[in-house]
Amino acid sequence: MLLSDLITTLLLICSLPFFLAGTLGLLRFPDLYCRLHALTKADNLGLGLVVLALMIQADSWQVVIRLLLTWLLVLVAGATVAHLIARKAQQDGHQPWRR
Amino acid sequence: MEPALIFDLVLLLILIGLAWLLLASTDLFRAVVLFIAFGLLLALAWVRLGAPDVALAEAAIGAGITGALLLVGLGRLGSTERCRFSRAPLTFLQRLSAPVLVGVMIPSISLILLLEVHQLAGTTPGRQGLINAFLDVSGSGHGVTAVLLNFRAWDTLLEKGVLLLALITIWSLDQARPLFHQEDISPQLMGLARLLLPLVIVVAGFVLWQGDQAPGGAFQSGALLSAGILLAILVGYSLPQRWQGLSLRLLLAIGFGVFLLIAAATLLYSGYPLQYPEHLAGSLILLIELVATASIAALLAAAVVGGHPPDDLSTPAAKAPSTSGRR
Repeated sequence: MLLSDLITTLLLICSLPFFLAGTLGLLRFPDLYCRLHALTKADNLGLGLVVLALMIQADSWQVVIRLLLTWLLVLVAGATVAHLIARKAQQDGHQPWRR
Repeated sequence: MEPALIFDLVLLLILIGLAWLLLASTDLFRAVVLFIAFGLLLALAWVRLGAPDVALAEAAIGAGITGALLLVGLGRLGSTERCRFSRAPLTFLQRLSAPVLVGVMIPSISLILLLEVHQLAGTTPGRQGLINAFLDVSGSGHGVTAVLLNFRAWDTLLEKGVLLLALITIWSLDQARPLFHQEDISPQLMGLARLLLPLVIVVAGFVLWQGDQAPGGAFQSGALLSAGILLAILVGYSLPQRWQGLSLRLLLAIGFGVFLLIAAATLLYSGYPLQYPEHLAGSLILLIELVATASIAALLAAAVVGGHPPDDLSTPAAKAPSTSGRR
């Protein structure tokens, strides 16, 4: 097994807990704001690791740049969409959860 | 079992499950969201089938623009109409119909499919050989583009006509109303739009140009542009009043019009409609694709906005800033 394959595998395995945590948060967290938080934060990091793993496997630097751009766009779009959903929820009078 | 096959099976099961859920959902908003998710996964299925052209179109038009169309439509419905069914008790026959349908239709269709699949060869090349043989004279380096804009250009011409007809119908029904309240724009959305709009225009141009050699072309590029136009509308841009008259209508019709003119010209020149002279084929295809992209972008965005531009000058219209999408 090549070193690059090994690093890719490691990175992919490292990304799994983030996706798992994000999904668990989406399913189990008490209110909309917490669930949004879990989704956007954890998944973005997990996706970053996946993108990094794929970058190592890329044939050319064009592909590397495209992957990086994809990740950055997902980050920006994800942050904005989470913000918009939370803003609408707040305008509609959703109260944040309290213990 | 191969990992790829397992992936395909899981994808297939999720698709069927999603289709069932979205049809059975009584909450229309839920159904629309499920429909968008279904469209995206369907695009993935097309990728798995080796048809990236269809996948691009499905993701952009099937999931993206149709999803936006449905959401806007849903927003126009009152909250009382959103619940799809009144909860009347079912009659005996109604109760019976679903199990009979599922119990008879699914096994018989599965059986027919299994028998058919059994007779198929592993993979068939289809018409690929024939298309590749004539690719040199088609004026395009990509088989799909050659089929859509040369060998079967007639179908594409009519497709453009159908889109135009659909918009004429939408316009004849109602006058466009503002999609949202103007004062209520999030600064962060504004920032995203400023970042994305130039990018969308560049990528749309790339996808259009790429159609000559690889998956891409007018429809995908037009859908991207119309998404950009919709984003611009969401952050408060609108088409200036003086362009809402003839200029907008020209833009909407130019794709179909130019295509039709070329069909007429080739009919006079060679005796058959849309049989391009060989040395002009490439340029003609590029011309058709360019005007078609502009028209498709405007048509799709106008369909989501819904209704013809307002006639009286006092009401501000939330219309597409078509110029920003075309520079």
